[in-house]
Amino acid sequence: MRRDIFQAIADPTRRAIITLIALQAMTPNAIAENFNTTRQSVSKHLRILTECELVKQKQEGREIYYSLEIDKMKEVDKWIGQFRKIWETRFNQLDKVLSTIKKQKK
Amino acid sequence: MNNLLFDFTVDKSKKTVLINREFDAELSLVWDAFTKKEILDQWWAPEPYASKTKVLDFKVGGKRFFAMVSPEGQERWLLQKYTSISPKTNFKYFNAFADKDENPELPGSDWDHSFTEQNGKTTVSITIYNESLARMEKMVEMGFREGFSTCLNQLDELLSAVKNK
Repeated sequence: MRRDIFQAIADPTRRAIITLIALQAMTPNAIAENFNTTRQSVSKHLRILTECELVKQKQEGREIYYSLEIDKMKEVDKWIGQFRKIWETRFNQLDKVLSTIKKQKK
Repeated sequence: MNNLLFDFTVDKSKKTVLINREFDAELSLVWDAFTKKEILDQWWAPEPYASKTKVLDFKVGGKRFFAMVSPEGQERWLLQKYTSISPKTNFKYFNAFADKDENPELPGSDWDHSFTEQNGKTTVSITIYNESLARMEKMVEMGFREGFSTCLNQLDELLSAVKNK
């Protein structure tokens, strides 16, 4: 199954996890303490985030720490930027069309 | 550059894109620009693309069937089915990519347009609801990948080349 970044951020719990680990690397147990949900459920979300390459794991002793792939998050911003740009261009074109029609009417 | 209002917000939790834009024209003219094919085709496709409307039947149950045409002449067809119209106030449609025979490629998205006028300026508020964010991504990818992404990628490459020197 193909995973992409938009799937990762489509779920509110995953967005909350992203916000948490953006600040510092955390273990699954520490992450689970922030939610009214099972450790299993948090593990599932972490697995999806990992498959989307949004988080990376680092082994320290017996613990696994999860942290955010900041560059991957930038992809979302870039995509939104492209989308915004399309509308900006489109509306600037409409401005010109409107002003042409207004002149013709006079 | 101009001083006309332009808001663009993506609400990921609501799978919605909100766009507000002010135009320096009276409402009836802006309304026509969004609902008449002769005017729509002059601005709807961002350069270097062109908009080519084959059918526009502006009534509830009617549709706009049009293509975004790339500079190389490649056509990407879209179908917009009007679901609600309050003249000079609001209209809604269901938007979907389609093949050249008007068969929609689902899922699509729901678009809502509201028009208000104040002091000779008209504000248009557009809400686009998508069932999936992945589809929103597709909306951008299809038809626009060449135009915008190429530019951005080229810029990225250029910037990293400069940095590595």
